Amino acid sequence: MTPSPIAFKAILAKDLRAELRSLQSLPAMTLFAVTTFVIFRFGLDRTSLSGSLASGVLWATLLFAALLGVNRLFVAEREEGGFDAIRLAPIDRSALFAAKATALLVYLLALELVVVPVFAIFFLDSAAALGPLVAVLALADLGLAATGTLISSMAVHSRARDLLGPLVLLPLVVPLMIAATGASEPLLAAGGPGYHRFGTWLAVLCLYDLVFLLVGYAVFDFLLED
Amino acid sequence: MYGKGLRQLSIATVVALAASLSLVFFYAPLDADQGFIQKIFYIHVPLAIVALVGFVVGALFAIAHLRSSDRRWDAYSYVSIHMSVIFGVAVLITGAIWAKASWGHWWVWDEPTLVSFLIVFLMYATYYPFRYAIEDPERQARYASVFAIVAGAFVPLNFMAVRLAQSLVHPRVFATTNGGLPGSMMLTFLVSLVAVGLLWLTLVKLELTAKSASGQLKRLRRALDAPVPGARSRIAPEVS
Repeated sequence: MTPSPIAFKAILAKDLRAELRSLQSLPAMTLFAVTTFVIFRFGLDRTSLSGSLASGVLWATLLFAALLGVNRLFVAEREEGGFDAIRLAPIDRSALFAAKATALLVYLLALELVVVPVFAIFFLDSAAALGPLVAVLALADLGLAATGTLISSMAVHSRARDLLGPLVLLPLVVPLMIAATGASEPLLAAGGPGYHRFGTWLAVLCLYDLVFLLVGYAVFDFLLED
Repeated sequence: MYGKGLRQLSIATVVALAASLSLVFFYAPLDADQGFIQKIFYIHVPLAIVALVGFVVGALFAIAHLRSSDRRWDAYSYVSIHMSVIFGVAVLITGAIWAKASWGHWWVWDEPTLVSFLIVFLMYATYYPFRYAIEDPERQARYASVFAIVAGAFVPLNFMAVRLAQSLVHPRVFATTNGGLPGSMMLTFLVSLVAVGLLWLTLVKLELTAKSASGQLKRLRRALDAPVPGARSRIAPEVS
């Protein structure tokens, strides 16, 4: 039995290398997000955003861009027989969950590294909110990575996988989005960042992450049985 | 075999529903504030509670299915969730009627319980397309169970997040449960809750009986080499 940390590292390195070479997900996600900002600029007819409008635009865009990555997450495993290889390998199956969730987390962080500064340049008057926003982004990404990996690994086995992933994932992340937008709204307020109920929302995000990481870890074994 | 006791259960349900309706209309006092329309509370709230409990029961059956890999538990889980989704439609409709009558709008976004319920309902509404998009029946059962567990964990989180998102809390009937709700209303409410719970149970049992009967019929036909109409039913897990 190969120890889980080694299996985890191997799968994660494989995923990141494959993404770096093929560039299938990240450029598409980034381009999608930037274009969506442009659409919001005309859809809302605003040249600068603040408060709830800013946090809504930011999170709706990030969420839909993340869906693109979630959809592609297991496609290679399915099409190239990676699932069979994992089943044959003498490793703990949860290593696959951990590695895939980490890979998705890396994609999301990389996406935000580019897209959030672009958002600030496009719409925000000052960059003061970006510092504390990092905490919100990181916690929300963790939750998205956990639920996204779980749903994607199931949806990829279905007939309509591109449809099912987003369909099931969207209602599932509603609480996450409530907390993320709730924390970001005062941060992005017009008169400089505020911290109204910031701690409460971060606690909700932590709880969400914890619950779905544990659920994912607990049920992932059953998804690979055959 | 699922039909055993169905008749007694149905009779108990009819009696309980009749008792609850007579209490609602002839015994419970008119609400001082909202008047007659408040009586929808006795059907709306029990429906919502029973639907949510049904979702949790579905998740518990799903855990039993994954632990034992006995397909029967998956059928129980499916039927529980199925019935709760149907009850959920009734909850949303009665909720909208109540909102229209007491606040003047069909939909009120700052009533956290109603909004939470809508999100939970949307979540469970994806159970069907999810389930039937997976072709292999054994895998379908397993994935549906995982869905039921994930959604079960999602329900309390969602209620908490939506409640926190309200800047100001509306006055609610249940905000005064400890002492505010008079005894006669409480009694009526509890009887209605029992009646709706029995209704849920009866319908679940009825659906399981029907599924089991059609499954048996299909097996018999196959054994006799008779043509099986409609090849394989997509509606639902088969019950043995």
